[in-house]
Amino acid sequence: MSTANAAILPPRSGPSGAASDAFWRHPTLLLFLLLTPPLLWLGIVYLGSLLALLAQSFFSIDHFTGRIDYSFTLDTYRELFTTPANIDIIVRTVLMAASVTIASAIIAFPIAYYAARYARGKWKALFYLGVMLPLWSSYLVKIYAWKLILAQEGILNWIFHKLHLYWLMDAYLSLPVIGGHSLSISYTGTFLVFVYIWLPYMILPLQASLERVPDNLLEASSDLGAKPSETFWNVIFPLALPGAIAGSIFTFSLTLGDYIVPGVIGSSRYFIGQVVYAQQGTAGNIPLAAAFTIVPMVIMGFYLWMAKRMGAFDAL
Amino acid sequence: MNRFFKSCTALVAITAFMGQTTVAFAAADMVKEIGEGEGEVSIVAWPGYIERGETDKGYDWVTKFEEETGCKVNVKTANTSDEMVALMNEGGFDLVTASGDASLRLVAGERVQPINVDLIPSWKTVDDRLKDAPWHTVDGTHYGVPYQWGPNVLLYNTDVFKEAPKSWNVVFEEQELPDGKSNKGRVQAYDGPIYVADAALYLMKHKPELGIEDPYELNEEQYKAALDLLREQRKLVGRYWHDAMIQIDDVKNEGVVASSSWPFQVNLLKSEDQPVASTIPEEGATGWADTTMMHVNAAHPNCAYKWLEHSLDKKVQGDLAAWFGSVPTVPAACKGNELLGEEGCATNGFDDFEKISFWRTPVADCDSQDECVPYYRWVSDYIGVIGGR
Repeated sequence: MSTANAAILPPRSGPSGAASDAFWRHPTLLLFLLLTPPLLWLGIVYLGSLLALLAQSFFSIDHFTGRIDYSFTLDTYRELFTTPANIDIIVRTVLMAASVTIASAIIAFPIAYYAARYARGKWKALFYLGVMLPLWSSYLVKIYAWKLILAQEGILNWIFHKLHLYWLMDAYLSLPVIGGHSLSISYTGTFLVFVYIWLPYMILPLQASLERVPDNLLEASSDLGAKPSETFWNVIFPLALPGAIAGSIFTFSLTLGDYIVPGVIGSSRYFIGQVVYAQQGTAGNIPLAAAFTIVPMVIMGFYLWMAKRMGAFDAL
Repeated sequence: MNRFFKSCTALVAITAFMGQTTVAFAAADMVKEIGEGEGEVSIVAWPGYIERGETDKGYDWVTKFEEETGCKVNVKTANTSDEMVALMNEGGFDLVTASGDASLRLVAGERVQPINVDLIPSWKTVDDRLKDAPWHTVDGTHYGVPYQWGPNVLLYNTDVFKEAPKSWNVVFEEQELPDGKSNKGRVQAYDGPIYVADAALYLMKHKPELGIEDPYELNEEQYKAALDLLREQRKLVGRYWHDAMIQIDDVKNEGVVASSSWPFQVNLLKSEDQPVASTIPEEGATGWADTTMMHVNAAHPNCAYKWLEHSLDKKVQGDLAAWFGSVPTVPAACKGNELLGEEGCATNGFDDFEKISFWRTPVADCDSQDECVPYYRWVSDYIGVIGGR
């Protein structure tokens, strides 16, 4: 009897003591209390608004008065996928996002490689600073600056003229699809600005993954007689790939949703972000805008699933 | 599940029915007298339409109104007519400066209420050409007070064109301009579905066999011809304009020498000593006429009526015309306004009223023919044309 009394201590006094006891006895209660606020946030603010968006896409709009008809219909999706112009917009945006991603990866790799494996001390700091610096200035300022650089009477064309190389530019601009009346009025212009704007998001994860490639693996590779190119393809590249994929998630999804760059630079052909903006903001056609928003979400869903299978999230 | 949707539909039908009855009620219940101000009024307006001296001290027609009436003015700017309709559908505003391509939609959507013009002393000073204009008067009922109007002019570069171009064909058909180079890549068009009407206006003169009577009332065949013309134009146009400041930049840096435009851009470019001028070619032009309309559930009707009266003040009208490059709806504003000058009204197009086809929302149920192509098809098809379809 006395030993039992000694083992079960008397309840602690005061509300905090009681709470502490209660949590100790019922660990699930503590877990519940700690997890509820973030889960509510995720569930209501995040998933809730996503579901509201999804629900909107099943309504339709009265095309004259612009008022929304709140009854269930698939008409909006039918309109989305049967209008050739809408298909064009989706294909155009996905192709742009894919080419921006590939170009970013190719440009970012040498930069990240140097920064990760050769830069030391203050040079390393300088590299980080150089990569991050463009992210600190306003997005809009950068885009308008590029508009002036690429303009018909901009500095780039001026340089080409001075070097008597304008025929080269002219020949490039006369190419179908990627050419145009000037660089700022062509897909090439849109592409260049996208690559410039999103490049840091590719460099940083790539650099992180390259830094984690152990030196001794490279040494082992050369000890075993591999040529540098073999070392690259068999050791460095596979180990850096998850970083590149993590970076590509940024560049791909950011390009997929952007509506400002193609509005300022390019040939006025619409991208998904612009259609969403135009349909919800100016045409008041929330259902079609919502249906359009689902498209990049589905594409990104597939992309993330594939990225996960390739181990991209191990590098985050 | 099926029953659920049925009840949903029934619910929607009931709501729609109730909406109609409330509006009928509101129409009978038009404001009879103006009481004390409610302390504020909120207005949806085009950028630059309601200035309180923040951009330029000389242009301020709000501060005095606020002092005199005690109604604080809140402005929400909107960049397109569609955006204005969307904002009014959302609600929470008292007034909107709607263009003709939005006003009828607002009336049909029962978003605006009839205006009792007897309560607005300055109504009698309004331009007679605008008093009963079809874009704000439905069956003899006024749904708003005219605010400003203006033409969509042809902007051209005076270094390239020694004389003003006589026809809109410089932006519609590939040709050699007076400087010996093609117009390809050197012209622009407006990035809004209402621009289909500009093509129709051009065809009205150049393809009379189509029998277009009104550029906003097109049957299938006429509509198709207009789209075909716009597809040809796509090959000439590098970039379409929707933002006035981007168009100004394109004229300066992209070698754009001719484009549809507003007097606003022309005046701004001229003030920067750019070699540009504007004209209304022989085909005439489209134009906009804006009306201040009142929301059906306006929370501040007294202040709203006070603003409607204030908006017709000749000093306000003249200052605004000078600022925006538009034409006052009160002819008396053209004389003796310091900012506008004696020639201001004529420069901005006062005498061109007859040449202008004012923006209107194209509707299926039109006057001049059995059935017309409605606006929502203009929207999707014009996006297609710009995309190269």
